[in-house]
Amino acid sequence: MEQEKQKAALNLSLVMGDNALILGHRLSEWCGHGPILEQDIALSNIALDLIGQARLWLSHAGKLQGGKSEDDLAYHRDVFDFHNFQMVETPNGHWGTTLLRQFVYDAWHHAMLQKLVLAQDEDIAGIARKSLKEVNYHLRWSSEWVIRLGDGTEESGAKMQEAYADVWPYVGELLQKDTWLTELEQLIPGFQADEIISLWWKTVREVFSQANLSSEPMDWLYRKGHLGHHTEHLGYILAEMQFLPRAYPDATW
Amino acid sequence: MSNQNWPLFEVFIRSKNGLSHKHVGSLHAADAPMAIENARDVYCRRNEGVSIWVVPSTQIVASDPEDAEALYEPAKDKIYRHPTFYTVPDEVGHM
Amino acid sequence: METTTLEHRFNQKIEREEKIEPKDWMPDDYRKNNIRQISQHAHSEIVGMLPEANWITRAPSLRRKVALLAKVQDEAGHGLYLYSAAETLGAGRDEMIDDLHSGKAKYSSIFNYPTTTWADIGAIGWLVDGAAITNQVALCRTSYGPYARAMVKICKEESFHQRQGYEIMCAMAFGTPEQKAMAQDALNRWWWPSLMMFGPTDSDSVHSQKSMDWKIKRYSNDELRQEFVDKTVAQAEYLGLTIPDPDLKYNEETGHYTFGEIDWKEFYQVISGNGPCNKERIEARRKAHEDGAWVREAANAFAQKRANQQVA
Repeated sequence: MEQEKQKAALNLSLVMGDNALILGHRLSEWCGHGPILEQDIALSNIALDLIGQARLWLSHAGKLQGGKSEDDLAYHRDVFDFHNFQMVETPNGHWGTTLLRQFVYDAWHHAMLQKLVLAQDEDIAGIARKSLKEVNYHLRWSSEWVIRLGDGTEESGAKMQEAYADVWPYVGELLQKDTWLTELEQLIPGFQADEIISLWWKTVREVFSQANLSSEPMDWLYRKGHLGHHTEHLGYILAEMQFLPRAYPDATW
Repeated sequence: MSNQNWPLFEVFIRSKNGLSHKHVGSLHAADAPMAIENARDVYCRRNEGVSIWVVPSTQIVASDPEDAEALYEPAKDKIYRHPTFYTVPDEVGHM
Repeated sequence: METTTLEHRFNQKIEREEKIEPKDWMPDDYRKNNIRQISQHAHSEIVGMLPEANWITRAPSLRRKVALLAKVQDEAGHGLYLYSAAETLGAGRDEMIDDLHSGKAKYSSIFNYPTTTWADIGAIGWLVDGAAITNQVALCRTSYGPYARAMVKICKEESFHQRQGYEIMCAMAFGTPEQKAMAQDALNRWWWPSLMMFGPTDSDSVHSQKSMDWKIKRYSNDELRQEFVDKTVAQAEYLGLTIPDPDLKYNEETGHYTFGEIDWKEFYQVISGNGPCNKERIEARRKAHEDGAWVREAANAFAQKRANQQVA
């Protein structure tokens, strides 16, 4: 029983931590290149929140793995050991693509954290409480942008359709009832994966209808980012992110 | 190209409850709700505030520096409005 | 009121160390000079994001990553404060940005140098921010109110930037031999461009005298450069790194360091557009602005729609 709980906590920390790390990495690529200063700053704030959360989750995962550090996990694992969803590793595209990907992730992240704050494990509940405050704002901000762009000009509406075509095929992974998710009932009494999924749909339908986007489910491919099966993009992200610690294994920075 | 420039807003921040909002600068936003969020992201990165006001810069009505004499000089010689104008015997103590 | 009287009053205010505020009368040249200097300063913050942002995705630890990202983001904030200050003088941000992109407006030459190794991030924080802070502390007392206020805010926020850089330098200078070599290489490349940041020598500076009279600038380029050298030498010694100037030595009499001749030819080349990265920097800024056009436009259109709905 204890062992199962520990396994659930570890898997959860890796999925949450890797999602936050890789999405934070993608958002940080925008720094200095945003459409206007005010929004450059706003997006960097979200990137900082996510990387901060990644540090908490990965430190926790490291602790569960017998005393590894956040940097051991971030910098010394290869692609197949990363548990993030494939969606967060996809390239940024234009501002609309980044924001649409952000919104669908925020909607999931928000639904997820609302459950995780109820965890009996105080470490997990604590990380979730801190994250939830931040993600409340992320979701509000990205929802508004998706609506604004979806219902802005003809050009922006068309750009959001493009973004939709890029992002939508990846959202299936947020809605799969995978083992790492269902085993959360070990940590949260009465946990139901379906509740997260239906909460996600509710948020997405509300925002998409205002943004003139379709929220029809599609016949999604079963994606296994959470199991370490990734797109080709993640390898390049890691090559970049991990370059220094890999090139100078004896150095501390 | 049609209009891409966002209007200017003035930003006022209350640093903690009990203090008034204070002008901290300005920023651009497409509308007032966005201006509030931009103010949060731009001017509250270090815990500077608990409350934000934004006002479209065009809505600020300011006095004219040319009128300074008429507006402010007359108050200068009304020294009887200040406590130091009055003498209270030392024995009475602080009043 | 007659211009001569107005000008006399203005000069008196400057004399008495009173700040000039946006709606106050001011000579046209004072306005222009301020717009030029403030917008140049804003452009430097914004272009200055690029060489450092270059390493955010490659920062060697998560702690370094968040520190660097926060720092580069601060620079966006500082650019924004400065554009705001210039806007109080009637310059639109869009016009200022157009001037940057067309090459009409200048920015600090230092940001046209490449960041090729991680040690450059340390060197920029230590030297470039160190030089900038020397300049900026002096500017907190500049005569134009909104500029002075922006500088006070910026100086307060920048205090962590230089420490962040020096900490990186420490980790490397006291690290493995490879790291130390990397740190020395960064110092070699950034030292002279950092000294150039203070601008031409006083005798060659076009704008300086007028700016000094109006107390827009409070200290001359050479005075500030000297101050920077004086405080930086000991910091390099602590790191065990060598400043790449054989002529650098302490003068007991003056209590200052004397240093070698700056390569002004390089300075003017970089300023006039022939630096190592001028093209890339402006291109990146222009691309961000142009790629963002549809976003800014859509936000305006949406705001308009919402406003119309509320009226209806």
